[in-house]
Amino acid sequence: MRFMVIVKASKEFEAGILPSGELLTAMGKYNEELVKAGVLLAGEGLQPSSKGARVKFSGSKRTVVDGPFAETKELIAGFWLFQVKSKEEAIEWVKRCPDPMEGDLEIEIRQVFEVEDFGENFTPELRKQENRLVEQMAANARR
Amino acid sequence: MLGVTGSDTHKAIDAVWRIESAKLIAGLTRVVRDVGLAEDLAQDALVAALDQWPETGVPNNPGAWLMATAKRRAIDGLRRGKMVERKHEMVARDLETRQEDTVPDLHDAIDDHVGDDLLRLVFISCHPVLSTEARVALTLRLLGGLTTDEIARAFLVAEPTIAQRIVRAKRTLSDANVPFEVPRGPELEARLASVLEVIYLIFNEGYSATAGDDWMRPALCEEALRLGRIVAELVPNEPEVHGLVSLMEIQASRTRARVGPAGEPILLLEQNRARWDHVLIHRGLAALERAERHGERRGKYTLQATIAACHARARTAEETDWTRIVSLYDELSEVTPSPVVELNRAVAFSMAFGPAAGLELVDALAAEPALKSYHLLPSVRGDLLAKLGRAGEARAELERAAALTRNARERDLLLARAARLGEESQAAT
Repeated sequence: MRFMVIVKASKEFEAGILPSGELLTAMGKYNEELVKAGVLLAGEGLQPSSKGARVKFSGSKRTVVDGPFAETKELIAGFWLFQVKSKEEAIEWVKRCPDPMEGDLEIEIRQVFEVEDFGENFTPELRKQENRLVEQMAANARR
Repeated sequence: MLGVTGSDTHKAIDAVWRIESAKLIAGLTRVVRDVGLAEDLAQDALVAALDQWPETGVPNNPGAWLMATAKRRAIDGLRRGKMVERKHEMVARDLETRQEDTVPDLHDAIDDHVGDDLLRLVFISCHPVLSTEARVALTLRLLGGLTTDEIARAFLVAEPTIAQRIVRAKRTLSDANVPFEVPRGPELEARLASVLEVIYLIFNEGYSATAGDDWMRPALCEEALRLGRIVAELVPNEPEVHGLVSLMEIQASRTRARVGPAGEPILLLEQNRARWDHVLIHRGLAALERAERHGERRGKYTLQATIAACHARARTAEETDWTRIVSLYDELSEVTPSPVVELNRAVAFSMAFGPAAGLELVDALAAEPALKSYHLLPSVRGDLLAKLGRAGEARAELERAAALTRNARERDLLLARAARLGEESQAAT
């Protein structure tokens, strides 16, 4: 199963303070360990929200709001995509992560949805519907 | 640890075991010179964890805790002379010649060279003195950290059978006095080939289950991919290991697309490419680049990965570069001549130059003894005949293929296609 491991932002991160060389080394080592264990599928570090934007949806209306955004602790600073056997394995790996930034912060672990996860509620009819949807999306993408 | 129930701790211990067990066993094997004994020591440490951690909580560095516990057992064992006598003598002699105190030396010996030990464990698990079945079971057990029960379920075999197989494999290694080492020079290539073969066997067992109701068992694919990725980092200069990883990543990228709503298989060209996993395709293409960077001539896995990459790069089935695929199959049949490769080449040839040309090649393979009970031969032949409008003959071939396959889902699919052809040929008359 796959988990997205989300590193939340801090005040310093949002202020654009770059990580120290020491932290970069520690993170590099940690990433290497994840690769060597065959766990890391993908991962990226993000720029502060001041370089991002939000598109707000309200009916047919679209409003663009430029960053930065206020709620620092809810913002995302980076993510990994893990392939592991259980949530506990993902937790075990995250516990080994060096402090990603100064001060208190949080890393969130979220399981990626897979079709099998819908269990028996995901009937053959629903599967067909999902297939049609995906096909439609693909057709749209090709246009 | 507040609020953690016993079963939560057990799950956490499972997770720690999965992460640490191979390193633990590898480090211990280096010292005690016996992979079976090393595994017993590691298991003892696991039992101690299961006993203590629900009370104390999982320690901050669980790997170190397990290693320290196993080391203590190893040292106790040495002191009490409880280990296999010969091994004991060897270790003792080795320690004496280094003229160092037994205990700290043992600690140092375990702490060094984690990667080297792991690689030695990979090679010993896939050692040629073992049968292929034994290599597969031992690899999943020692490197994958799977329980005997998990392996048994994955291969649809009774648990005692697997347990027996592992016990016998460990005894064989011990009796043959197989050294715990990384092969060097010309031996390396052959030994590495055995490792890659074992990993790909595990993958294929999951990807295209040879028996039973399930078309695939994704857990085995994931396990093989994990092992492949691990070995790729242990021998990063070997092109074929990246070739194999690339091949598995790209094949696995089609997992979601190759099974239909009722669990029936969907063939490559009919798959909805939007459902392919682009993270895995990306990884597969990156691994292929690594393979190409490190090798001057392409081996069989790199070639197969290159073919798989041709499909992965085509946005639609119609965009597939069949001429290039034919020439890659030409190269592949030089590296590893086999009737199965020829059959695949014939399929590609028919896509590039038409079904009649393909059928000629397939017919030339009909007398091949190795393909006598291979269901894909009549299946491919049936396809080509159908394309040529020879519905009656096509139907007979598909039915023959259905009778030969051991996979229930595939059989249903073949029979359904045969029945459709029957309707069409009736409608035509």
